[in-house]
Amino acid sequence: MRIGVDVGGTNTDAVLLSGKTVLGAVKRPTSEDVSSGICEAISALISDCDITPDAIDAVMIGTTHFTNAFVQRRDLVPVYAIRIGFPASRGIPPFSSWPDDLKAAIEGGSAMVPGGFEFDGREISPFDEDAVADCVQDARSKGITQIAVSCIFSQLNAAHEQRAAELIGKLAPELEVSLSSELGRVGLLERENAAIMNASLRPLALKIAAAFRSALADLGIIAPFFVSQNDGTLMGADHMQRYPVLTFAAGPTNSLRGAAWLTGADDAIVVDIGGTTSDIGVLVSSFPRQSTVHVDVGGVRTNFRMPDILSIGLGGGSVVRAGEKGISVGPDSVGFRLRSEALIFGGHTLTASDIAVASGHAEFGDASMVSGLSSDLVCNARAAITSLLADAIDRMKTAPGDIPMILVGGGSVLVSEKPNGVSKMMCPDHAGVANAIGAAIGQVSGEVDRIYSLVDAESREAALKDAKAQAIAQAVAAGASEGTVEVVNIETVPLQYLPGGATRIVCRAVGDLAMKESE
Amino acid sequence: MVRHITLDNIEHLAIGSSFLGTGGGGDPYLGSIMCREAIARHGPVPILSVEDIRDEDNIFIAAALGAPTVMIEKLFSIEDQHRAVEALERYLGREATAVISAEIGGCNSMMPVAYAAMRGLPIIDGDGMGRAFPALQMTSFNIEGVACAPLTIADEHGNSALFQTTTGLKAEELSRPVAAAMGASVCMSCYAMTGVEARRATVAKTLSGAIKIGEAIADTSSTSHPVDRLVAALRAHEYYSDAAVLFKGKITGLERDTTKGWVFGNCTISEMNGPSKAELKFQNENLLVTVDGELRCIVPDLVTIVDAETAHAIPTERLAFGQRVAVVGCSAPPILTTQRALDVVGPKCFGLTQDYAPIATLIKDLA
Repeated sequence: MRIGVDVGGTNTDAVLLSGKTVLGAVKRPTSEDVSSGICEAISALISDCDITPDAIDAVMIGTTHFTNAFVQRRDLVPVYAIRIGFPASRGIPPFSSWPDDLKAAIEGGSAMVPGGFEFDGREISPFDEDAVADCVQDARSKGITQIAVSCIFSQLNAAHEQRAAELIGKLAPELEVSLSSELGRVGLLERENAAIMNASLRPLALKIAAAFRSALADLGIIAPFFVSQNDGTLMGADHMQRYPVLTFAAGPTNSLRGAAWLTGADDAIVVDIGGTTSDIGVLVSSFPRQSTVHVDVGGVRTNFRMPDILSIGLGGGSVVRAGEKGISVGPDSVGFRLRSEALIFGGHTLTASDIAVASGHAEFGDASMVSGLSSDLVCNARAAITSLLADAIDRMKTAPGDIPMILVGGGSVLVSEKPNGVSKMMCPDHAGVANAIGAAIGQVSGEVDRIYSLVDAESREAALKDAKAQAIAQAVAAGASEGTVEVVNIETVPLQYLPGGATRIVCRAVGDLAMKESE
Repeated sequence: MVRHITLDNIEHLAIGSSFLGTGGGGDPYLGSIMCREAIARHGPVPILSVEDIRDEDNIFIAAALGAPTVMIEKLFSIEDQHRAVEALERYLGREATAVISAEIGGCNSMMPVAYAAMRGLPIIDGDGMGRAFPALQMTSFNIEGVACAPLTIADEHGNSALFQTTTGLKAEELSRPVAAAMGASVCMSCYAMTGVEARRATVAKTLSGAIKIGEAIADTSSTSHPVDRLVAALRAHEYYSDAAVLFKGKITGLERDTTKGWVFGNCTISEMNGPSKAELKFQNENLLVTVDGELRCIVPDLVTIVDAETAHAIPTERLAFGQRVAVVGCSAPPILTTQRALDVVGPKCFGLTQDYAPIATLIKDLA
């Protein structure tokens, strides 16, 4: 049996899964220290399901803690950034374009040192060990403990980053090193930003990992725990301590993966309706479609693997208005004041929840408070909600034709009719804890993103084979069970203006976590 | 009238130049970071109008040349740009008194600003394209008889190369393999001009135009719709004034082919509640648009797909099925539509069979 936990901003959800069955689910408020909320949720789950802690094989945790810490500038430490590639790139040094407040909190010095690679693998300059040694001394003298290392085209060849890490480890074992090649994709600034963000979060990651460990130990759970990454796969506790930044945006990913698991759907639109907004994502081969644009986190440009999510102002608290142009719903919401402001709770604001209750599709609050609403109004408001969704779904589709829709989240009662463009509407049991389920079912992945020279069909074949083999090897190294690993995505993008058929290949492989599961 | 490029309007220039990039030209993001640093260090850059250029002025181009995917790894630096310009200055025996952009559309609107800041020189309110084009010979400078060569390129190590060629086409052909050997992301200078030449051959008022377009799109204090503000800003400009929203709808079809080194493709946009369709053809930049089979705008006139809500330009590589867009077209600067110009930047140069027809003759409802 495995336990999935989703630590959200408001609630901590926990589910118990055995194979393909959901044995139980609980919701508890998130605690300030994170661990006591997890403790409470899991112990409630264990007692609800009447099991003993030793029956649990693994615990999977999805958390927004690191994203929130970064966005709110909490618990971050200063970072020294070393960029390898001088003299290239020197016009735009590390920390360029970072917001001032964040720079003040994190910038612990930076240097650009000789080394790095060209697109075709040649060295830009020979790697300069002495320059890196100078950086170590500089960082030490400033009392900095976290180093972020980036290197031009380290996605192609990570050798210089690795040599820098070895050297730093030898000269100053107390320093911790984050390498850009292990965190990001093509795009030096974004990859370097990811390494700096990661470094700034590492002491917090150590603390959180310890908190998770002690929470589980207090409950008598001896099983290992894993943490959700932004691509819907898992990493072990050791990995999280080193790469906390990989947890960014794991929440929406887990909700999409949970929806896929609950319905068995491979390709579908997932609509997660909350109190204020609805998040609409797309499942492709049961994985979230990833965003292709740059994502700003806390004002810093990154190129993480983030799910492509469209948020619209439609939720249980959305304000319903009758105007000259007909009925409008949202985008403003009474939010957390739903329980005092909505008509069904004795308030004075007509909300989407009131419409759901008045139309008989939901039962909560006091239905008599909305019995006087005209049936025209209720009917038109429902139509307005359906058309808002239809419009959003249409924006997220990548091909013409109808597509299945999965409704998850607390606000799913708002939707009673199939919107246009939807072939089939699904609202599975346990849809309210899809996030925690997504965490529980997490698999393990490996990815390569590098540039190959494809001059003929033969070299193309060889490159694809190499990319696949590397992705699979990475998945196994990350803890996947060897026989279960499959390549789920491979993209080839020819590069403009370059000779020699230079082509960027992105390949991702995914497999099941290698563990023995007792049913 | 905008007199300086400052920390306050550099973002407007980036937004406006993306529109004038007509789907190509590259992302001005990296360039805008460099401009910010350069302006913060050296101060605002004075803008020099084309009519104020003196005969004895020497105008030099600053530009980045290379593969976009490499540029985002190797970034840029102004010192390398300086090497390219310096090499050309030395060869010609004359020193720059002003800097000009070769291509106002996209990322090459930015490098000249950062470079002018570093040199303490003014930047010309104009460029060589008034938009973006995929090749070096497609400039008003070339059309008006300014030689592209000598052309210089410089890498980050202090290496530079100078190409003294018989034609601009040859300069481009010879420089590409050297640029690739230098790492496929280099700085360049070419089309060096005297004041007399620059006054004759420049597409004027495009820098201030880009800033005004960006200002209009980004103006959060206005209550009017961003797309309407964009069209109003175009209509207020001396050249881009035959401007209109040619179509509104969602993207329902997209074909892209990048195998030949350029991004060739087609984009179909369908009306939201009706049967009309627009077809857009692009080769890096947008080339032409038809609505229900009728031609509405064709190169060198400008066609840009913008976000229907924000009016921000969407580059061809970021077009996606389902996007809600407006297709905005406007007239090209007159210097690009003469017969001589059409031989260099007209539809035939892109393998199109249609003849050029000014947007004003294709659209009825122009204000």
